[in-house]
Order: sequence, then structure tokens, then C-alpha cells
Amino acid sequence: MAKLNLKSMKKSTKDHIITFAMVIVVYIIVQTMITTGNMSSLMQGLLVPMCTYSIVAIGLNLCVGYLGELSIGHAGFMCVGAFSSAFCTKLLQDSIQNEVILFLIAIAVGTVAAAFFGFLIGIPVLRLRGDYLAIVTLAFGEIIKNVINVLYIAKDENGFHFAISDGNKIELSEDGIWLINGAKGIAKIPHLSSFTAGVIMILVILFIVYNFVNSRTGRAVMAIRDNRIAAESVGINITKFKLMAFTISAAIAGAGGVLYAHNLSTVTATPTNFGYNMSIMILVFVVLGGMGSFRGSIIAAVILTLLPEVLRGLKDYRMLIYSIVLIVMMLFNWAPKCIEMRQRIAAKFKKSAKKEAA
Amino acid sequence: MKKAVSMFLAAALAVGTFAGCGSSADTGSTGSAASTESGSTDSAADGSVFKIGGIGPTTGAAAIYGSAVMNAAQIAVDEINEAGGINGYQVEFKAEDDQSDAEKSVNAYNSLKDWGMQVLMGTVTTTPCIAVADKTAEDGMFEITPSASSTDVIENDNVFQACFTDPNLGTASAQYIGENKLATKVAVIYDSSDVYSSGIEATFVKEAANQGFEVVAEEAFTADSKTDFSTQLQKAQSEGADLVFLPIYYTEASIILNQANGMGYEPTFFGCDGMDGILDVKNFDTSLAEGLMLLTPFVADADDEKTQAFVSKYKELYGDTPNQFGADAYDAIYAIKAAIEEAGVTPDMSVSDIGTALTEAMTKISVDGLTGDGMTWEATGEVSKAPKAMVIKDGAYTAM
Repeated sequence: MAKLNLKSMKKSTKDHIITFAMVIVVYIIVQTMITTGNMSSLMQGLLVPMCTYSIVAIGLNLCVGYLGELSIGHAGFMCVGAFSSAFCTKLLQDSIQNEVILFLIAIAVGTVAAAFFGFLIGIPVLRLRGDYLAIVTLAFGEIIKNVINVLYIAKDENGFHFAISDGNKIELSEDGIWLINGAKGIAKIPHLSSFTAGVIMILVILFIVYNFVNSRTGRAVMAIRDNRIAAESVGINITKFKLMAFTISAAIAGAGGVLYAHNLSTVTATPTNFGYNMSIMILVFVVLGGMGSFRGSIIAAVILTLLPEVLRGLKDYRMLIYSIVLIVMMLFNWAPKCIEMRQRIAAKFKKSAKKEAA
Repeated sequence: MKKAVSMFLAAALAVGTFAGCGSSADTGSTGSAASTESGSTDSAADGSVFKIGGIGPTTGAAAIYGSAVMNAAQIAVDEINEAGGINGYQVEFKAEDDQSDAEKSVNAYNSLKDWGMQVLMGTVTTTPCIAVADKTAEDGMFEITPSASSTDVIENDNVFQACFTDPNLGTASAQYIGENKLATKVAVIYDSSDVYSSGIEATFVKEAANQGFEVVAEEAFTADSKTDFSTQLQKAQSEGADLVFLPIYYTEASIILNQANGMGYEPTFFGCDGMDGILDVKNFDTSLAEGLMLLTPFVADADDEKTQAFVSKYKELYGDTPNQFGADAYDAIYAIKAAIEEAGVTPDMSVSDIGTALTEAMTKISVDGLTGDGMTWEATGEVSKAPKAMVIKDGAYTAM
């Protein structure tokens, strides 16, 4: 019965179900492995980062794969999400005891803040044709990092203290706390992220993006990507739909940032975690996983997050091996000869499957 | 269908990786399976060696510091083993790379836990250290950092520092300049995106007010703009600063010295421990560093026996002159040794028991190391040792 349903289903729906099933199955397997004690601490520590990068990759895929606009500043949106949410939880952690509520508020704040910046950037840039979005998002990522590095906000019983680039001027009373301390970023963030929370976030976000791309709006977005002039001629409001997709994409990256910030007890805006390289890394997840395939993004993000850690045994050579693996994966996925070979193998599988069925 | 197959393969691969890692940890040490199960690290390996882990950037931009720390720690561990170990137990040391990134540092920490680490010597840089300190507090593991100098690092009871804290260094520098009347007008050039640099700068400026000299310019740069310092230098020059305080690392400092020379601006330059190493910068005319003063706990050509033995060994093994980071790491390992001897712990105890015992012992010990004689520790985790003022004379560090 179930099989019949699966066959009569639309191809895209089936595709979605496979993705959801994949996430849930992996989650169950991992949980069983944790409870039975078969998972090393290293792996357990990697679970949340894997979720984080999967989420951000999904967000960027919406922008690159469906909107067709290149963004190389998604680490910037992640950064906004991370800092705004960490700021918020640090402020509220004394008044709200329930961790779930606190985390939900953090997610809301981080997502909205990132969406706001995405929207702001999108207004002028998405009206243009060409690669302007790439340039502007690149600049945004660098600017936001530097702005956070000179931002000082503290709180004590006299209220809030603000300073820009001159943290020394803030005279804090004994029991005052630093909310953002310039280059030191935000320290002592409550640890709220967990693998379960990450997986739930992935599922919710998958639900949102799948519905988005299969809706009227999503089809309009893809029409713009495929042929802007044709889309315009049938009366699609180009800027509006582009802006909508880009804002959602930024918001998802922000949600990833929330998960990132609450996994580590400290968050700083350094070139390694929110810089240009991270943006490119996320783009690599998307390109490797296949543009337009959210499932691919998740798989690529997971594998590429795991890889450098699994290769730790190779010491200093691991980054070398890592890049070689990256090239090999890229070839395996996209080189015409490889695709041919994979199709041949798949065809063989199909044949034998048919034989078995017969 | 093709998609389904490829997805299945990918899923299988991912699960395989998980499983592979899980089982390898099982075979690695009998204790760790139990430890992952209970979520704490009460693994004690086979109970015959102390396992000390080290975390620091051995690749990436800060690799110089991480590598120095790991090399020096290895030297210390080898020495201890040669001399019969700690309380008769041999010591094993394993270093993991974190690329100076908080997230990777936690990964490195977890991977060392899988290896059976009992004491952590790390991390080298501040931001990762804050993240890792949180994890060690959860596990009750004893941690001593050789060089993470922010006060945020030692907020947890189980974490100790082998280096000065940033505020201490800033205050000490200001006091030194004030007491020796080196200048009346001082300019500061610092890296606002770096925790170490901005930490020193903040307390330096605060203390300057009490020391009878004036800070006429506070010029910042960031990690993204550290190749040209002409604007900062011009500002310092036009304000008439006769001393420029550089609480930064030596790579940038060498550029500053070069550019100041090009401008014909000749104030006294004054640095902190990050300045150590400037004479080894490639293609840098060391005559420019003549007269440069620095406050540092360690100089490689000091003439005491201990330093000389350490430096010659380091050169022999790694072909390089050790810097202050290495010296701090060397001392950190000996501090661990002293604490273990004081507490009388044995390797078969659980990680958290060792942690508690060592935390207590730490305040009672006194270590004569490379970076100071009679180093002692406060319960807060701060070390107390005296900074030494050095000046570069005839292309060599000389004590003042």
C-alpha cells in the first residue's frame, strides 16, 4: 500500500520525503549510538557544528540554487544571527529560567536580525542585473565583522553603557557585565544548542524551503532565475520576489548562527569563523552538494565538516588530504566522464533489480 | 531511482564514518567506551602513564605560537621521562591542532578525550581557550594554559595560566614607563581585533593616568589591515609622541619599525611579550630594532643555565630559536609535574579526581622555570612572576 502511494506521488514530493527520512534516520542512528556508548567524544562534539553548517548551506542553496544569485557573505548573516541571539540570551538568562523558551527567543531574534540585514542589502542590490550581489555581500561580511570588533556594550545597575572603538571609556560598576566586549566578543554564553535542537531546526527549515520552492512564489523565483525577461513580461515583480527569497536565505543563515553561538561558550568575529573563508566554505557545501538540492547541501556539509576531524590522525598533512578529497569529490560529482560512469553503474543496478523483481 | 541510490550510498558512507569512529575509540582504550557512555571522562587508560594533552594552532596564521608551545612541551615531557617520570610514572604528550578557532579547539579537546587525556596543557590562544575552559569545567579536568592571557580564561576554578594576564602586562608596562620616566607623550598602536592586544591597551591607558605621562594617540588597526601603518605613525608623529607603545605581535611590529624608519620618525618603541621574536623576522633589518624595549618573562639568550640548556636543545631538535610561548609551555609542563607531586595523584584515578586534587595543589607549589624563579599561583588561576625589561642592543636582547 505504502509503495503504491510512493509511486503515484509527485516526483518532488517523493524527493522531499526521502530527505526528511534521511535526516530522521540519521538522527535515530546517532541517538542510539550515543545511548549505547558507541560514539567517541569527538563525534559527539561535531554533531552540532554539522547541523549548523547544514542549515547555513540550505539557506545559501536557496539563494544560489533557486534565486540564481551568488552570495559570498553568508558567514556575515551567520555572524549577525550569532551575535544578536547571544546578546539576547546573555541579557535574558537571569530573568528566563526555561532553556527551551530562552533558545526559542534566541532563534527568533537571530533569524529576524539576519533577515533584516538581508532585506536591507537586498533593496538596492537586487534591483541590479549582474554579479553585484556577490560584491555587496562580500563587503557586508567584512564590514559586519569589523563593526562587531569595535562594539562595546555593557550593563550594570545604572543601565546600559555603549561605546564604539573605545571600550576604556566605559566605567563599569563591580557587578556589571560585558555584553559585547569589542574584539573579545561575547563570552560566557549559556550552552543551549544540542543535536536534537539542531535536527529539529533542520527539519523545520527543510519544511519551509520545500514549501517555498514549490509554491507560486517559488516558481516565480525560479522563473526569474531561468529567464528574467520572460518572467518580467508575464508580470512577475522581479525585485519583490528576489528580495523575498534572499531575505529568507539570510534568515536561515541567521538561524544557523544562533545554533553556532549557543554551542560554544564564546563567540568572536574573527576571519576564521565569520570571514570570507567561511562564506566560501558554505558555498563549497552548496556547489558540491548540487545547486538546488537541499539534500545534497546537507550531505556535503556533514561530510566536509567531518573530514578534517576524522583525518586528525594525519597531523599536519590533513589539510592537504582534505583539499585533495575536495577535488576528487568535485570530479566525482560533476565531471562528465564520472557522471557517465555512475549512470552505467546505476543502470546495471536497475537491471539486476528488475531481474530480481521478475 | 538513480537519486535514491546515490542518496543511499551517501547515507551509508556517513553512517560508516560514525560507526568507524565509534569502534576505533573502543579499540583505542578499554576505558573510553565506558566513559563515552556515562558522558564523563573517568577513563584512566591502563593506569601506568599520565596522559597530558596539548591544544594549539600548529597550522594557520598563528601556527608559530602553537608549534613553539608543542615543541617546547615535548622537550619538557622528554626531560621528565628521562629523569624517571612523575612519581615514577611516565608521561605521554599528544598535541592537537585547533587553527586558533574556538570550534575546532573544542573538536581537538574531544579528540584528546577519546585518546584518554587526563590533564590539559592548553590552549595556546585566548578565544579557543574560553570555549575549551567551559568543557574542562564540565569534565572537571585540570587545565593550564601556557599563553592564553585574557582574564576570561581563568574564570573557572580548574584553569590556571602560565603567562601574565593582559591587564597585568598593560599595567606593568605603564608603570615601567612612568617610573623610569621614559617619555612624557606616548602613542599606542594596537590591534583592535585581537584580544591580547586590545586587552593590554585598555589597562595601559587606564594606568597611564596615574603615571604622569600623557597618551596622545590611540591608533587601532585590525587583522584585515595590518600591512600599512603609515597613517597611525603619522598621527603619532604629528602629536609629538616621544614613545610609541606597541602591545602587538612582532610581525606587525617589524613593519611598523620599517615604516617609521622610512618616515624619519625616531621615537622610543616599547613592546610586550608578543614582541619577542622580532630579531628572527625574515628580511627584517635588525638594526631598526636597536633600542627597542620590551617587557617579557623570557629571552632566548639569557645567560642562566636553564635557559641555555633549553635553547640549545630546542635548536638542536627543531632548528629554531624558541620564543616566549615555548618557554611558557615548558614551564606549564613543569608546573603540572610539581602539582602532581604535591597532590600525589596517580594515573589510575579518574579525570575529575585528578582535576580536583591538582587544582588544590596548584596554589601550594612554587616552580623555578624559564620565565621566572619561584613562580606561584593564586587560587584565581593567575601566576605571579616578575616581568623583565629587555632592550635590544647590538642586535641582541639585553636585560636592562
